[in-house]
Amino acid sequence: MSDFLRSYLTVGIFGLVGVALVAAFLGIGAILRPSNPTEQKLETYESGVDPTGDMWSQSNIRYYIFALLFVMFDVEAVFIFPWATRLEAYALFGLIEMAIFVYILLLGLVYAWRKGMLRWV
Amino acid sequence: MSLLAELSYWQQTSLRVVGGLAGVLLVAGTLVYLHLFKMVSFMQSRLGPMEAGPFGSLQLLAEVGKHLQKEDIFPRKADKFVFAAAPFVILASTFLLVVVVPAGPDAWFINNDVGIYLGMAVSSVSVIGILMAGWGSANKYSLLGGLRATGQLIAYELPLILAVVGVVIQAGTMNMQGIVIAQAEGEIFGWGGIGNPYILTQGVAFMIFMIAMQAELTQAPFDMPIAESELVSGYMTEYSGMRFLLFFIGEFATAGVFASVASVLFLGGWWAPIPGLEWDDNTWNLLGPIVLITKIVILTFIVFWVRFTFPRFREDQLQRLAWKFLIPIALANIVVTAIFKVWI
Repeated sequence: MSDFLRSYLTVGIFGLVGVALVAAFLGIGAILRPSNPTEQKLETYESGVDPTGDMWSQSNIRYYIFALLFVMFDVEAVFIFPWATRLEAYALFGLIEMAIFVYILLLGLVYAWRKGMLRWV
Repeated sequence: MSLLAELSYWQQTSLRVVGGLAGVLLVAGTLVYLHLFKMVSFMQSRLGPMEAGPFGSLQLLAEVGKHLQKEDIFPRKADKFVFAAAPFVILASTFLLVVVVPAGPDAWFINNDVGIYLGMAVSSVSVIGILMAGWGSANKYSLLGGLRATGQLIAYELPLILAVVGVVIQAGTMNMQGIVIAQAEGEIFGWGGIGNPYILTQGVAFMIFMIAMQAELTQAPFDMPIAESELVSGYMTEYSGMRFLLFFIGEFATAGVFASVASVLFLGGWWAPIPGLEWDDNTWNLLGPIVLITKIVILTFIVFWVRFTFPRFREDQLQRLAWKFLIPIALANIVVTAIFKVWI
């Protein structure tokens, strides 16, 4: 296996270590802790009064448009990173290319801004 | 490399896992003790914990012991699997992020050319964990807290990533080890006396990174997801006992890991300009972790200082700060840095 792929194996192992750590803590706790679930205890907490209605109640997600904008800028970041590492080699050509790219994406933000999408409505 | 080179991959990795566990848990424990127990106490003119160990230094162990004995309550209406899985995802994301941080010339977990890119990618995994906790609890407060957290974390992800681009342009590499070396060997307009810690030439990016980091860690003034006066405890409301403490540990561990990423990017990581010290890999392998932890403590001190000082933002102010202020400035910073890089 190449060193490059092996480094990702290390990343995977570290992820598993995180999971194992939580499992260890909860496992030790399982030996020590009492278990006495009563009807009242398992009730959903709602400031001490009996919970009403559906727990997954509908709420107005005002920033779903932000999520769309986020996708746009995240894609920009994906392209901008490789460019940033090789800027010295690309020099002026790379600079102008990226200026155009950033300008087009910035137009999207300005459009959303002008349309009032960034306002709390 | 002399010692590590003779070991097989599995032996090296075992050592690294031990180092990673120590790096995450010891740093998190130190931060809880120094900042949460003691610093805030002194700010509020009280002593903080004094009973467990000298000056209360074993208080955190006592807390773990207490929470291990607490009952683990699963609300009847909760989505059991999602509810149980959320703490796993959050702690795993912390360990995935620590993997990119080097602590010395040979003391690294991975030495990968996509370094910081990978770090930025895995740092957003915790959003999934928080959303899972909010959704799985089947509680109105938790759901609102989880949704607020998601909106906040994706908004501040962008300034965080765009601030890093300035550093990558200056260093010319995404390799975390390469970024440290670039700062150690760098020059500020021809003067190389203290190298070039990017906090000096990327000061704007550093400010943006610190603000976005504060928001990513959901520390006040960005603590709407767990706003205790509005949402009880946000996405953690239904968690009890050890699971609650795991969220808490995850919060401080992530603060430590984010601070270590920031110190690598802007303060020179494990390297420090020590006059009269000849460059020697083995010396830095020993000094590196100490230097890095010092920088982590300084940066997290700022984070928690701000946390205990400022009142909470309103939700719309938070989104406005990210989209109308930080992102345009971060983009301008990229353009200016690129122009300087090409012409100077």
